[in-house]
Amino acid sequence: MASTSTTVPSAGPVVGSRSFLARLRDGDEIARLITFLFAASVVFITLLIVYELWQGSVLPRHKFGFAFFRTTVWDPNADNFGALPFIFGTLVTSALALLIAVPLGIGAAIFLAELAPARLSDTLEFFIDLLAAVPSVIYGLLGIFIVVPVMRDVVQPALKNTLGFLPIFKGPAFGIGFLTAGIVLAIMVIPYIISVSREILLSVPRDQREAALALGSTRWESTWKVVVPFARTGIMGSIFLALARALGETMAVTMVIGNTPSIAMSLFSPGDSIASVIANQFTEATGELYTQSLIELGLVLFILTFILNGLARVLILVTSQRGSAHA
Amino acid sequence: MLAGVAFAATLSINGAGASFPEPIYSKWFDEYRKKDPNIQINYQAIGSGGGIKQITEGTVDFGASDGPMNDDQLKAFQDKHGFPILHFPTVLGAAVPTYNVPGVSAELNFSPEALAGIFLGKVTKWNDPALASANPGVNLPGNDIIVVHRSDGSGTTYIWTDYLSKVSDEWKSKVGKNTSVNWPTGLGGNKNEGVAGLVKQTPNAVGYVELIYAIQNKMPYGKVKNSSGQFIKADLASVTAAAAGAAKDMPADFRVSITNAPGKTAYPISSFTWLLVPSKFTDASKRDAIKGFVKWMLADGQNLTEALAYSKLPKEVVSQELAALDKVQ
Repeated sequence: MASTSTTVPSAGPVVGSRSFLARLRDGDEIARLITFLFAASVVFITLLIVYELWQGSVLPRHKFGFAFFRTTVWDPNADNFGALPFIFGTLVTSALALLIAVPLGIGAAIFLAELAPARLSDTLEFFIDLLAAVPSVIYGLLGIFIVVPVMRDVVQPALKNTLGFLPIFKGPAFGIGFLTAGIVLAIMVIPYIISVSREILLSVPRDQREAALALGSTRWESTWKVVVPFARTGIMGSIFLALARALGETMAVTMVIGNTPSIAMSLFSPGDSIASVIANQFTEATGELYTQSLIELGLVLFILTFILNGLARVLILVTSQRGSAHA
Repeated sequence: MLAGVAFAATLSINGAGASFPEPIYSKWFDEYRKKDPNIQINYQAIGSGGGIKQITEGTVDFGASDGPMNDDQLKAFQDKHGFPILHFPTVLGAAVPTYNVPGVSAELNFSPEALAGIFLGKVTKWNDPALASANPGVNLPGNDIIVVHRSDGSGTTYIWTDYLSKVSDEWKSKVGKNTSVNWPTGLGGNKNEGVAGLVKQTPNAVGYVELIYAIQNKMPYGKVKNSSGQFIKADLASVTAAAAGAAKDMPADFRVSITNAPGKTAYPISSFTWLLVPSKFTDASKRDAIKGFVKWMLADGQNLTEALAYSKLPKEVVSQELAALDKVQ
């Protein structure tokens, strides 16, 4: 192509290349190519990660097969590795985090976007963005020094005395464990939910609100029945962003979860998560099978994130269809 | 000869491995640079496992590890390079039991049976006979013991579990020794700080930390009964004594565990940390530089260790190492 474009125009192909050149000169084609490359690099990097994780975990995949997913033992000396306690810990702590963070986050976002004066809303937004920028190790330290003692001395005894008949609130209160990790994660992901949801709510067209008010609804009715449903897809997006953050969070979790691979009914008991065990053990892992099993855990986390994201898409699709059917 | 050349090129030597000896290594490399400005030694504290991997891959000039390489790892190196790798002990470390028992301010004595029992989850109360018999006059409460261990892979865990494997057959068969193990009980804390923090915060907790960490942070820690039946508090001298006790039976490759070592004053949970040096170098200047450094480290370098709370090598081991240095060609 390059050689034909330099020759004097005389034949058919040259016409095509000239128009290509013209498009190049306009910049459209360049912009298209460059942005395409950028977009493609995302796919490329994702595939590369999967490829590397797959290649890096040959030994445990062959040795354990699917048993890796249901084995509850993690014993470097016996060369026996299973992912189940870590999958369990990751899912439980993330679910707890969302359970706490979603109502709080969306509530705060509704207040900031719909009810608070603009000035107050902007000021608070500044603080929320600050919170989102705090490094996770700081949250972990706050967890160790503040949340853990409060949990051990106040919250867990109180829960035991009132709801102790439930199996999820049984056992000794160490202060660390699933519940504490879930709470610290919740604190960490709330800023994401508030920040993104607020933006989404603010971007709901004025007409929607005015129409609702004109039909005689109260301020709250217009907010709850019109604005929030309109912004539903975006709000869900913020929740999934928070979920992704919670699934992969490493430092803060490892500092408060107790780092004990166990599957227990009680939220007071110590556990471990996928990201946490990888960070803890990778550098000093001895032997190929051990190292590769940790890499396979990375693959498991990737698959887990993939599945949850897929479910999220489906959920959005289903609910938005139902929404439009009602409209 | 080269000293006369004004702009002799700086020779850069790269090493990687254990993080436990990093402070003393940095000090050594710094001091050695002052002595010989043409040699710059860089060290990355990426962990013992990483050090072994990197030296086997050949991406660094020397490695460092808190645990000796096992036979498989030695074979992997030999297969890849066609010549063996050598271990050179540099300084000594130790792991100590630290605890937080409300109402007890006395320094506690731990017998091997008590430590193994606690970490196996069999000795579950502070007033268990295994503990009470070793601590006459101390009013131990009947509270549940909360065990704290390292959650990250660590040379300290290796020393600790190596010791427990030696003193308890049950530990050896059920758990074994490694940088991380399948702990029968307890909570995991990240690094020395994490273990120390959990023990300090949690009433009735017991855990283990590196001796240097305990000394620098003025943490209380207990005495441990050694193979001669004495309760010994870990300090610079008692750790060096453990190495001296092991020197008599030192294998030629220095891959020796000195936990539960003989000797009346030996602290039983001690260990060497090693430099991993290939026995053949294609680059003669690098070989001479590394040999020169090891020689200096074994002589003048040893005088710098105690200021940083590392126990120095006993004389017997130093002379054994100087002899072994000739194997590097």
